[in-house]
Amino acid sequence: MSDTTDTGPVLAADGTPLKRSLARALRMQKMRALALIAPLLLFVLLTFILPIGDMLFRSVENSIVSETLPRTTAAVQTYDADGGEAPPESTFDALAYDLVVAAEKKVHTRVGSRLNYENAGISSLFRKAGRKVDDMGEVYLDQFVELDPAWEEPQALIALFADPSWAASAGGEDEPRFEYSSAAAEVLPGATDAYTAWARTIQTEDQDSPTKEEPWAPVYMALYHDLADNPDAASAFEGDTAARLAAAAAAIQSPEWQTMSTRDAFVDIDEDWADPEVWRTIKTYSSKYTNGYFLNAADFQKGHDGPELRPELQRIYGTLFLRTMIMSLAITVSCIVLGYPVAWILANLPSRTANVLMILVLLPFWTSLLVRTSAWKVMLQQQGVINDVLVWLGIVADNDRLVMINNQFGTIVAMTHILLPFMILPMYSVMQTINPSYLRAAKSLGATNWTAFWRVYFPQSVPGIGAGSILVFILAIGYYITPELVGGTKGVFISNRIAFHISQSLNWGLAAALGTILLVVVLLLYWAYDKIVGIDNVKLG
Amino acid sequence: MALTPVQNQTPAFTAAVAAGAGAFFGLFVGTAQGSGFLGLIIGAVLLGVLGFVFTSLTAQEKPIRWAVLAVFAVAGFFVGGFPALVIGALFGWFTGWFIFWLATSRYRATLAPYLTPGQVLWHYSFRVICGAIFVFLITPILVVMPLSFNAENFFTFTPEMLRFDPEGYSLKHYRDFFTNADWQQALWNSLSIAPMATLLSVGFGTLAAIGLSQPHVPFRRAIMAILISPMIVPLIISAAGMYFFYSRIGLQGTYFGVVLAHAALGIPFVIITVTATLVGFDRSLTRAAANMGAGPVTTFFRVQMPLILPGVISGGLFAFITSFDEVVVVLFVGSAGQKTLPWQMFTGLREQISPTILAVATILVVISICLLTTVEMLRRRSERLRGMSPS
Repeated sequence: MSDTTDTGPVLAADGTPLKRSLARALRMQKMRALALIAPLLLFVLLTFILPIGDMLFRSVENSIVSETLPRTTAAVQTYDADGGEAPPESTFDALAYDLVVAAEKKVHTRVGSRLNYENAGISSLFRKAGRKVDDMGEVYLDQFVELDPAWEEPQALIALFADPSWAASAGGEDEPRFEYSSAAAEVLPGATDAYTAWARTIQTEDQDSPTKEEPWAPVYMALYHDLADNPDAASAFEGDTAARLAAAAAAIQSPEWQTMSTRDAFVDIDEDWADPEVWRTIKTYSSKYTNGYFLNAADFQKGHDGPELRPELQRIYGTLFLRTMIMSLAITVSCIVLGYPVAWILANLPSRTANVLMILVLLPFWTSLLVRTSAWKVMLQQQGVINDVLVWLGIVADNDRLVMINNQFGTIVAMTHILLPFMILPMYSVMQTINPSYLRAAKSLGATNWTAFWRVYFPQSVPGIGAGSILVFILAIGYYITPELVGGTKGVFISNRIAFHISQSLNWGLAAALGTILLVVVLLLYWAYDKIVGIDNVKLG
Repeated sequence: MALTPVQNQTPAFTAAVAAGAGAFFGLFVGTAQGSGFLGLIIGAVLLGVLGFVFTSLTAQEKPIRWAVLAVFAVAGFFVGGFPALVIGALFGWFTGWFIFWLATSRYRATLAPYLTPGQVLWHYSFRVICGAIFVFLITPILVVMPLSFNAENFFTFTPEMLRFDPEGYSLKHYRDFFTNADWQQALWNSLSIAPMATLLSVGFGTLAAIGLSQPHVPFRRAIMAILISPMIVPLIISAAGMYFFYSRIGLQGTYFGVVLAHAALGIPFVIITVTATLVGFDRSLTRAAANMGAGPVTTFFRVQMPLILPGVISGGLFAFITSFDEVVVVLFVGSAGQKTLPWQMFTGLREQISPTILAVATILVVISICLLTTVEMLRRRSERLRGMSPS
């Protein structure tokens, strides 16, 4: 055939090779599909996936300690926590500088409560210290002022510490952020740091200017330490400033100069500041990220030699996780037991009757969760409908009414009722596809009722049971409202604890860690569900 | 048409089975009156005798059944007044029906002729068990309704209510719901949040569902998993994550924040229902439209949209009810200004228990029934449009 001898590529109408033309059309189709999906995907990522990611991040984030106490966390790195001693004087100095800033910003209680999660009692240490840390170094302030009243004057201090170009623009409206002079930072590092921290804090917190206020006492303490370390500091300055510094450096050397110990001052506020355990906690939680919340969520704590189990009495989360699992399992099993006969009868009745009965399944499914929970409260309480009926029938004495609510029984009954439709609907859709003639064939071949059911019908209905069970289990382990309302104290789930930590104890990190563990369990089940059933096959009613 | 030829049972059989049933009911009535054993005996003898006698009177079934009903109702009235009259009448109706059902062998008529008596017994026991499960499913919802008309501030039936005394019933809880500022504010909040959230999820969701049902979608499975995840992730985790994140960006405690959160939760329902509708969508229709010169927009609104509209509407109803019923996320993401109806019910159930909750619950059940009916009708319409025979 002469017209098929052309071996060149097949061409489309516009002359491009057909292969390329088809590939382009396919690419266009893919792009169009993605363009339709993109807005929703972006929306879900922003409003849902990102928040979940934020929660995962919070479960390891621990920057509050190192951000609030930067000098202390740096100083504590070299501290030997297992030595049985409190850290050296310099660490306490660092704590004083940090705390006075934190107290001014009113964040010292926050870091206190963060550390309190790990070591009960630290919260009050920080609260007490925050009230008195202002006075620390008062003795130096008094002596400096006595030496030369100019030490109290803002302008004199600015001449000492501030960058000249900043000093020129300071004092007016819209004062720029305080900048220290490099000369001061070199010879008086501690004091410059303390003064800078003070100046910037009052600028942001009180809308004040360093040109008008006198600094807090710890600045003078830092100045004293710097001068003691570097008596020649005055040589880096000129004029009055240099003279004042030289005079101060000389005075410090004299035996009349009084000193104080910040360590003693802290121990005076609360003797627990000398407790090595407190310092060990601060050191352990000084890093920016921690596995502490996860250890806590698994009933572990950071001991001397790595993670160790908490004492018996403090282990609550293991019990809670276990209870959540066991109760969800119990709910799943009771849903299977109650759902299977119903699904069977719905699948085997004539469709007109089945549709009517289906309403009885769908109505609870569509009814508000709170309506059903309140209904169970009405039914189960001690003066409730079930108890009334039992008393009227004489099965239970009036003064001996059954306790069916605020315990595990109440939670299981109410949640079984609430989740039952989620079990019946997948079972029903699987059972509808089972051909009833198999069962008849088995019976005609001599199988008893039970054998026919167990060896022929049941294996075919297993996918429905699997789908329903995973769905019910996933929904059950994350339930919050129903256990909260009918569970009392013994029937609550892990989710109630998460809610407690978010809204009451404010330990968000621990809540996030507990949530992460729960999420991992659910995602594993979700993955299994996807493998077994396929997400595309989820049906609603 | 009866499947199985049946004949009347012997009086002894009917009497024995009826006596068994009588013993069962007699036990309950007996314990309620003081002596279970006596009740058991009386019940068994009474129904046994009735069964024995009626077996030979099957020709006069109708008048006898009415007579039994009347006798039991009157007897009940003398024992325990009006409530007992109702129970007696019900019991009398059941006794009459049960005895004749046994005596004329009607119970075998619809069953396969080769079943053994044991299998017949199991057949009916199984139905009774299923009936009990249906009762379990529906009773809690039904019990709430009469209680919401309680004249007292109790969560339980008062003696007046059981006597059917009009004094025991009132509409005061409904009045409370419609006049109390808290409840009205909550209703208003719910009604302003849910439609916005529904609009967002239906808008985005329908577009994405159309995209997802194209024949070539890269990463289809992964995208689907992400879009369905708000339904799978436990609400408390979603709530925690949204609370942390929304307070970072200043959306926590705002109307907009709650709407966004609820829209995210409603999306999986829209995706599922709309993709299910699109499964049966005949793609050659859009090609035909394009062939006749319609642009993509015209094709969408004039050809595709009318066909998938039932799915879109029921997806929207699902999204609406999700938002309207949702309490966990709004508890965390919302503030007092966004207190919705379920939130108000939740605090009501936890703190001050007032039967107004039951009135609200009844109203919500009625709303659910309306929504359920609408969704069911839409489903049938959609199946008819797609040429399937509605089941």
